[in-house]
Amino acid sequence: MSLLNYTLRIADSSLISGQRLAEWCTNAHTLEEDIALSNIALDLFGQANILLEYASELDGNKTADDFAFKRNEREFFNLKMTEQPNGHFGDTIVKLFLFSSFNFLFYNKLSQSKNKNLSAFAFKSLKEVKYHLKHSKSWMVRLGDGTKESNKKVQESLNSLWEFTGEFFEMDEIDNELNKKGIGVNNKSIKEDWNNIINTTLLDSKLKRPEDGYMQTGSKSGLHTEHLGRLLSEMQYLQRAYPDAKW
Amino acid sequence: MNENKFQDKIDSERKIEPKDWMPEAYRKHLIRQISQHAHSEIIGMQPEGNWISRAPSLRAKMILLAKVQDEAGHGLYLYSACETLGVSRQELIQQLHDGKAKYSSIFNYPTLSWADMGAIGWLVDGAAIVNQVSLQRTSYGPYSRGMIKICKEESFHQRQGYEIMAEMASGTPEQKEMAQDALNRFWWPSIMMFGPHDGDSPRTGNAMKWKIKRQTNDELRQSFIDKTVHQAEIIGLTIPDPDLKWNEERGHYDFGKMDWDEFWDVVNGKGPCNKQRLDHHKKAHIDGKWVREAAKAYSKKQKDLIIN
Repeated sequence: MSLLNYTLRIADSSLISGQRLAEWCTNAHTLEEDIALSNIALDLFGQANILLEYASELDGNKTADDFAFKRNEREFFNLKMTEQPNGHFGDTIVKLFLFSSFNFLFYNKLSQSKNKNLSAFAFKSLKEVKYHLKHSKSWMVRLGDGTKESNKKVQESLNSLWEFTGEFFEMDEIDNELNKKGIGVNNKSIKEDWNNIINTTLLDSKLKRPEDGYMQTGSKSGLHTEHLGRLLSEMQYLQRAYPDAKW
Repeated sequence: MNENKFQDKIDSERKIEPKDWMPEAYRKHLIRQISQHAHSEIIGMQPEGNWISRAPSLRAKMILLAKVQDEAGHGLYLYSACETLGVSRQELIQQLHDGKAKYSSIFNYPTLSWADMGAIGWLVDGAAIVNQVSLQRTSYGPYSRGMIKICKEESFHQRQGYEIMAEMASGTPEQKEMAQDALNRFWWPSIMMFGPHDGDSPRTGNAMKWKIKRQTNDELRQSFIDKTVHQAEIIGLTIPDPDLKWNEERGHYDFGKMDWDEFWDVVNGKGPCNKQRLDHHKKAHIDGKWVREAAKAYSKKQKDLIIN
């Protein structure tokens, strides 16, 4: 049960980030960026798919699609950061950068997991996340060190999204249990490396690191912001409206 | 003199390349046709993009997103092919926004159910392939090579569209109804994608002489209809044309009259989504202005650093 829950947490963060990024399709400022964001979204859906298939195996009853399309808000465990609306391009880039820098370090550790499914998944995903980090980082620098307007915009994005970074490093009972068994990651142990990535990037981007103030929490027990419910009602619409249909 | 050499080259099936001499009318014709094609790929992303967030399975979501992404890629190839004729992507986009450049009218229809993703892949991409396969042999080198690349991906698009239709047609009664409804709505606009009848298509003459086009609108339309009728039968859907029947003598299907008044209305801006599609594209372009400016400013700073 703990392992299933742990798997769903990782899967859900990928799925919900992918769903948000895919909303950019046809809306980016150049064709090249449209393609890049779709690419990242595709990677994230692919990651979610692998893990939800594994969740289905652990569960023995539900399919991967059941997990994606038939759970309610309270049964989703994605990081709150991932469900936040896209906002403007700067908001999206900050979200992607903060999440990818965490994911890069997290997958790096998870690739050493004693659980073969999780380690193989992390190993495969690491290559993708490296690209997500590189792409978002390059935009952090261009926007931060671009024009006055872009610097101001992206600084505001950073300030308002910062409260969602606290969740990255939380450890609850499930995390502790699986970490002890050599299956899960000790999230606290990657904080220092994460700080390094963030600090050097912000320095290059001429941006200020926000102070740690109020930090959001709760996604590990299925508590979310109000945005998730709307996202799910759109994503799950067909499966919910036609429960007998196969697609 | 030049003109004769040019025509000789075309007649002997050698490609015209960007630096070769070409008549101004040939260049203009190509810019118009290739940019229209590029804009169609880009505007065509919207009706399908409308369903990415609501795709009914993880697999369907990934396939649809990948497909729409392919279309963005096709747009890029085609804009690049067009740029070899001495016009910039920026100018082409401006022409689109000013309403001077057209795109395929089929994308001015709304996508109202998931079955429309099937209908678009099967019929719209299916019609596009018939046209594009023919264009692989077009006389302008960069356009021809772009088409060869694009055709490979389009045939995958058509298969996935047909797969959605087949699944829905054999699904629950509601799914079958959605599939038939999608076919009813997309059939006529799809066969009108090939353009007006040959007699009413003023530019066909030169385009055929210069081998930009290799087959006429009516020939291409007939070949599409002939192969699609059977595909509809296999999955148990009915093509919404009571006059459709096999003509033994011609070796082709006869079909009913197309509504050209509707066709020209939609071409000239009076279609259900004309304004929406263009506004969407303009909005993305305007919203992204500050980002493009930031990228430019950053790149200038980097260059200045190197120089100093």
